[in-house]
Amino acid sequence: MSFEWFVALRYMRDGKGQTALILAAVAVGVGVIVFLSALIGGLQTSLIDKTLGSQPHITLRAPREFPRPLVEPTPTVAIARQVAESSQRLRSIDQWPTVVAAVERVPGVTAVSPSITGAGFAVRADAKSAIVVRGVEPERFLSIIDVRARLVAGRYELDGGAVVIGSKLAANLGVSVGDKLRISSTEGGDEVVSVRGIFTLGNEAIDGAWVLTSLRHAQSLYALPGGVTTIELKVEDVFTAERIAIEIRGRTGLRSDSWMTINEALLSGLSAQSSSKLMIQFFVIVAVALGIASVLIVSVVQKSREIGILRAVGTPSRRILLVFLIQGGVFGIVGSVIGSAFGALLSKLFENLTRDTSGAPRFPVQLDLSLFLFATAVATGVGLLSAVIPARRASRLDPATAIRNG
Amino acid sequence: MAEAPPPVLLVEGVVKEYGDVAKTRALDGVDLTVGPGELTALVGPSGSGKSTLLNIIGLLDRPTAGRVVLSGTDTTGLDERALSALRARMLGFVFQFHHLLPAFTALENVMLPAWGDLGRPNVEMRAAAEELLRAVGLEDRMHYRSSNLSGGQQQRVAIARALARRPALVLADEPTGNLDTASSAEVFALMRRFNRELGTTFMIVTHDSRIAGECDRIVELVDGRVRSDRVTRTT
Repeated sequence: MSFEWFVALRYMRDGKGQTALILAAVAVGVGVIVFLSALIGGLQTSLIDKTLGSQPHITLRAPREFPRPLVEPTPTVAIARQVAESSQRLRSIDQWPTVVAAVERVPGVTAVSPSITGAGFAVRADAKSAIVVRGVEPERFLSIIDVRARLVAGRYELDGGAVVIGSKLAANLGVSVGDKLRISSTEGGDEVVSVRGIFTLGNEAIDGAWVLTSLRHAQSLYALPGGVTTIELKVEDVFTAERIAIEIRGRTGLRSDSWMTINEALLSGLSAQSSSKLMIQFFVIVAVALGIASVLIVSVVQKSREIGILRAVGTPSRRILLVFLIQGGVFGIVGSVIGSAFGALLSKLFENLTRDTSGAPRFPVQLDLSLFLFATAVATGVGLLSAVIPARRASRLDPATAIRNG
Repeated sequence: MAEAPPPVLLVEGVVKEYGDVAKTRALDGVDLTVGPGELTALVGPSGSGKSTLLNIIGLLDRPTAGRVVLSGTDTTGLDERALSALRARMLGFVFQFHHLLPAFTALENVMLPAWGDLGRPNVEMRAAAEELLRAVGLEDRMHYRSSNLSGGQQQRVAIARALARRPALVLADEPTGNLDTASSAEVFALMRRFNRELGTTFMIVTHDSRIAGECDRIVELVDGRVRSDRVTRTT
């Protein structure tokens, strides 16, 4: 074994108490980083999953209608006028099959589903409820929102006059699978449909209003033969949604909104969480660095006579420097391995202890290899850096003075 | 007639001053020549400059003026790295308080100077250290932690450490100052034995007149100057 490693490891073994103390400090620091990162990462992922599980990443709609004045002013003719906002009627996206084909080719887009979204009423006996009719192509829509997986009763069937409705709506109207329902659209369509399935997405607005039916059925309800009012998209990386939405807006001229603009509050919440995570990591790292540095400085002071002897018998100062740098690095790497295990254990324990009534974890944690590698790399780097000052101090000790006064 | 061998140590006009404003002169023009195989005692009252001179000869301190030549190598102007290498290869040290490293075994302590100089241990290094420990009568204590040895045993390990690299000159600062009479005699006998068997040159700072009387030569330092330099016996 090289001299530097031999002496460094022997000093660490010899000062068991100090070594245990500093390893514990590094382990607790790294454990906290791993635990908090896993917890915040898990919360963010679960929040995004929950939010985006019941909505598309990008929604395309026909551009808004603007009033067009019949007469324009000229340099010689002034026109006094008041332009009122035009009302927005439900209308189809022009050439939508071409648009669907075009957006399917946009890199990053993983699923495209054309649909009709319109308002209406559902009536059953005395109960009346405002609804949102969603006319979709059944299989395509599943890749946007997996309704089939969220069914609480019946089957996912949308053919003919069949519909699948939200659980809250079903409760409000008092219907169950197999019952009939009268629905009327804002465009005057009126039909009796049969409930084939009931779903719960965990979103009150959707569970209390959505009626899913086939595209063709919705087209006839809203008098839009062959038309669609919205095209919904999923993308591979949810955080690229806004960029892709802007790109599609530029290409098609349609209104194109991503989940990021619709859920601005969620996004700012996520970014606040990320910044608080960074702050905590930063301060924990500083605390760990100060811990390692102070223990090594004490060690250099305690061992200055021995360092003086080593220097007197001809050990080059660079080897003394390395002895203390190695100790810093080993404290970092060993402490972070213990700390990673401790953090992972704590995360899993916390996840298991905090379960909701259905048994699902209230705080799902996200542990991955990159987190451990990050924590280990940071702790080792910090260990080395914090050892620099004590190591330089040791290597610069004057041997004669150190032996006399050490 | 055979040419005289070069001196192991040549000290010429060495002056050492401390302090910037009020200067204290610890050494005031010391000249000294030590030939190979000599066992020299450096004596003098406290504050006469013995330890200062030993530190300067041991390249642990630099003189304010004058020069130190070790086996023909002038050490004036050498940088710290070169001095460190010279210390490792040409000099051995025995201190009053043995100064072993308590976390290491006797064997490791003897190996450390060569290990620290070369970076890695090797078979010869270990064999030489074991042989020296046997020679100082510690063959059954080699793997004891140095802190678990008696004072006399520790000083014997320190002598083995000083000799591990077969240095041209061994500097001993009060090597028996901390030992009882029996252990002092034992330690001195060891140095004398290595001096005779290996031809190692020793310079011993001592207050003990009996030890000084056993040396080949006694150099007396008073107020930073050599007051007397007597050869007491010829080998």
